[in-house]
Amino acid sequence: MDLAAAVLEGNRLALARCLTQIENGTLEGRDALNRLFPNTGHAHLIGVTGAPGTGKSSLVNQLARYYRQPGSLENSTRSRPLRIGIVAIDPTSPFTGGAILGDRVRMRDLAGDSGVFIRSMATRGSLGGLAHATAGVVQVMDAAGFEVILIETVGAGQAEVDIARLAHTTLVVEAPGLGDEIQAIKAGILEIADILVINKSDQPGAEATERALRSMLQLAHPVPHIFQHHGHLEIVPASHLESGNKTLWVPPLQRTVATEGVGIVELVSVIERHYQFLQDTGEWQQREQARLQSELNIILQETLVDRWRSTISEKRYNDVLDSLVSRDLSPWQAVETLLDGDLE
Amino acid sequence: MSERKIRVLVAKPGLDGHDRGAKVVARALRDAGMEVIYTGLRQTPEMIAESALQEDVDAVGLSILSGAHMALVPRVLELLKANGQEQVKIFLGGIIPDEDVPRLIEMGVAGIYGPGTITDEIIRDIRRAVTSSPVQ
Repeated sequence: MDLAAAVLEGNRLALARCLTQIENGTLEGRDALNRLFPNTGHAHLIGVTGAPGTGKSSLVNQLARYYRQPGSLENSTRSRPLRIGIVAIDPTSPFTGGAILGDRVRMRDLAGDSGVFIRSMATRGSLGGLAHATAGVVQVMDAAGFEVILIETVGAGQAEVDIARLAHTTLVVEAPGLGDEIQAIKAGILEIADILVINKSDQPGAEATERALRSMLQLAHPVPHIFQHHGHLEIVPASHLESGNKTLWVPPLQRTVATEGVGIVELVSVIERHYQFLQDTGEWQQREQARLQSELNIILQETLVDRWRSTISEKRYNDVLDSLVSRDLSPWQAVETLLDGDLE
Repeated sequence: MSERKIRVLVAKPGLDGHDRGAKVVARALRDAGMEVIYTGLRQTPEMIAESALQEDVDAVGLSILSGAHMALVPRVLELLKANGQEQVKIFLGGIIPDEDVPRLIEMGVAGIYGPGTITDEIIRDIRRAVTSSPVQ
């Protein structure tokens, strides 16, 4: 089967197999990706990240459901239904290499819809909240014509920020009762949010969580004042800024109850506003370039190391390693010795 | 980073709500280094076949305690075949009367496991069935 051609024709089995080849890092997968790549760059990549148990899968389920219904989209030049790809990532056990991928449990509403394609991925040893092959998997879905791709990271903590590099729009999902205000002002995951979601907002503590996040946002973006007015987010720019300054995006905060579908229409409207913002300001292109540059650098590094490693005999490598273990060489000296080629 | 992982869908078709066995097996397969896609309760054969396709799995494990296996299993097999996934191995767990076993095996079920089965046996059978099948 010519995988790339079949993927472009909309063959779902070919798409599934192509994703497996990409995940397994095979030559066949790489070849298919080479041929599909010119067809990529159209999908809107939406990352969904946050601590375990905040309701990421349920939220992805609801977002996909809403995007699949026919109708207009507020704040957007697009209209529904949009074809939805979902990549749901769960952790691989570092001890056994196995994984339980359970995100589909919360996505059963999407069964039977040929405009939705869900793929579960294990991290396979990768840190940062995504799997090594996620970028490639997303590119194949993009080429296959999915217009919105929802990428759900593993239940991320404070350092898993890879998603911001991959996605155009990053949703950080919080839930009440997960931490105090100090958690909110720590660096890391909150800084990557294009949109903050307080899910489970019917639970006790939602007010406090919202207050903490809002004050954090005002610290990070001190210029405009944000307040809630008749349930709508109002942004008042500070006087020295031109009002209508289009280059500034202040992460909005949206409350949801994903299991009940509460706040989903509003959340999609905010996502669409961000999509339009990216298009209007040229940030879409900037993010594309930054993403492809980081991908280029990663592949370049890996390829160079692999290529160089194949020129070094196993014995040479082990000799240097022995010298390192016996403390005759420091790690830096060991690398220098290997690169310069002479072991004293 | 080239590696091939065995991917298994674990699903509970039908209407009974007892998923303890399915979870135990899912966990055992994970501990054996497999990637287990767990879909949860009350899956229709259509949902199972669709998940098997999207996830490109090597094997499907079905847990049935409702007695509906003679209706559900042929339907899952039929749908997998219709999707071009006839190479996917089906394993069955739960309460399956002895007299139904020969017919299920004849239909193409790769293994049937009742209460008290040692999980190592299931792991061994899945590994053997999956690696002996021709690679796509």
